[in-house]
Amino acid sequence: MRGDPENLELIAASSLPDVLAQMAAAPGSWTPIAGGTELMVAHAAGRLNAQKFISLWGLAELDFIRVQDDSISIGGGVTFGHIRSHAAIASDFPLLARAASWIGSIANQNRATLAGNIVNGSPAADAPPALLVYDAEIELISQRGSRRIPYADFHLGYKQSVLEPDELVLALHLPRRFSKHSQYLRKVGTRKAMAITKVALAGTAIVENGTIHEIRLAAEEALRGRWLTAATRNAARAVLLNEVRPIDDIRSTAEYRKHVAANLLDEFLAELNNRGSSG
Amino acid sequence: MSACRTQIHLTVNGQQTAVEAPPMKRLLDVLREDLGLTGTKEGCGEGECGSCSVRMNGELVNSCLVPILQASDARIETVEGLAIDAELHPLQKAFLECGGAQCGICTPGMLIAATHLLAHNPNPSMDEIREGLAGNLCRCTGFIKIFESVIAAAAMRGLETRAR
Repeated sequence: MRGDPENLELIAASSLPDVLAQMAAAPGSWTPIAGGTELMVAHAAGRLNAQKFISLWGLAELDFIRVQDDSISIGGGVTFGHIRSHAAIASDFPLLARAASWIGSIANQNRATLAGNIVNGSPAADAPPALLVYDAEIELISQRGSRRIPYADFHLGYKQSVLEPDELVLALHLPRRFSKHSQYLRKVGTRKAMAITKVALAGTAIVENGTIHEIRLAAEEALRGRWLTAATRNAARAVLLNEVRPIDDIRSTAEYRKHVAANLLDEFLAELNNRGSSG
Repeated sequence: MSACRTQIHLTVNGQQTAVEAPPMKRLLDVLREDLGLTGTKEGCGEGECGSCSVRMNGELVNSCLVPILQASDARIETVEGLAIDAELHPLQKAFLECGGAQCGICTPGMLIAATHLLAHNPNPSMDEIREGLAGNLCRCTGFIKIFESVIAAAAMRGLETRAR
């Protein structure tokens, strides 16, 4: 049953320091809300636990894409609509642009933000696989200051992260050194449009003369420095089956997800092999 | 523990207006209940079906997912703003002529999403139309007549001068 808006508090602040001050004054009592594509759905379903919200929508300090020589920084409040249509992101980080274009519909992409996709902590989120293979760093900010850590260290488990109750995601920083890499991203869902992901695999690699020089994905240790042979592919598949820890939920089973993930890895390696042999 | 009602100023279809509402009230409900604009429909209420599509500051959004506080000072366009006086919008004419509307629940959202698409891309391909309307579900037409309506509207003269 739908929640009653009369029972909920929502405030807007005029600047990021104002938001951080509110959050510092009562850590954990304010839930930040940006585009509402997660929290308003929970509200509609009557499963919203929080009662006090602070709006981040429209805060200029979180809504920026900064292109530097060696990296691109994307503010936490940037929508996926802006990410997918940004020329430098499309050319340097095509997997992120593609993931952005898969998120819900145009209307969802116009509201859903990068930070929201991350802090929600869903294993079905579309942006994280791309951020992981691009070695992104995440910058968190609170009134106490800011800190920057590898994005790979941000999530601790299902819906758990290192984000403190008074912190927000300020930005993601992506090093610009992947334009020469072979890149792979595939999402498996029930159907193409508007479907939530069951399994996704992202990978980047450099292959020269049939040898994998650099590779980023779940089972990378089994692959780096190896010849791209059928035996390598089988070994990588075995490592991946052992390493991935998918969940059972309403959309699919862990067993199905493991095998689809292994198939996606095999598809990526087959593509690398074809590219390597064709030139 | 009732939250304070907040006064919100916004511009709907070119008209400045003010409402007093709880800040978490959905834009959809403010349009329908406070402003009497019932053209915008509620389908799923969770951002999946697009029946409640409106444009907010020129961006396509699902009004069921927008808390009214975030629409403060925003420019909202709903289906009621498409026809000017008695003159239907080219998309509305095309939906009528091509059979793009059946039961009508998805139609306002389809029209708004299509308006948004044509404002950015006056001559979309079939693939671009499919993507532009992917967030709008219809359970009557099978979609083909809707896509044909958009193509027909794009071909009508005068559309670009009316697109806002």
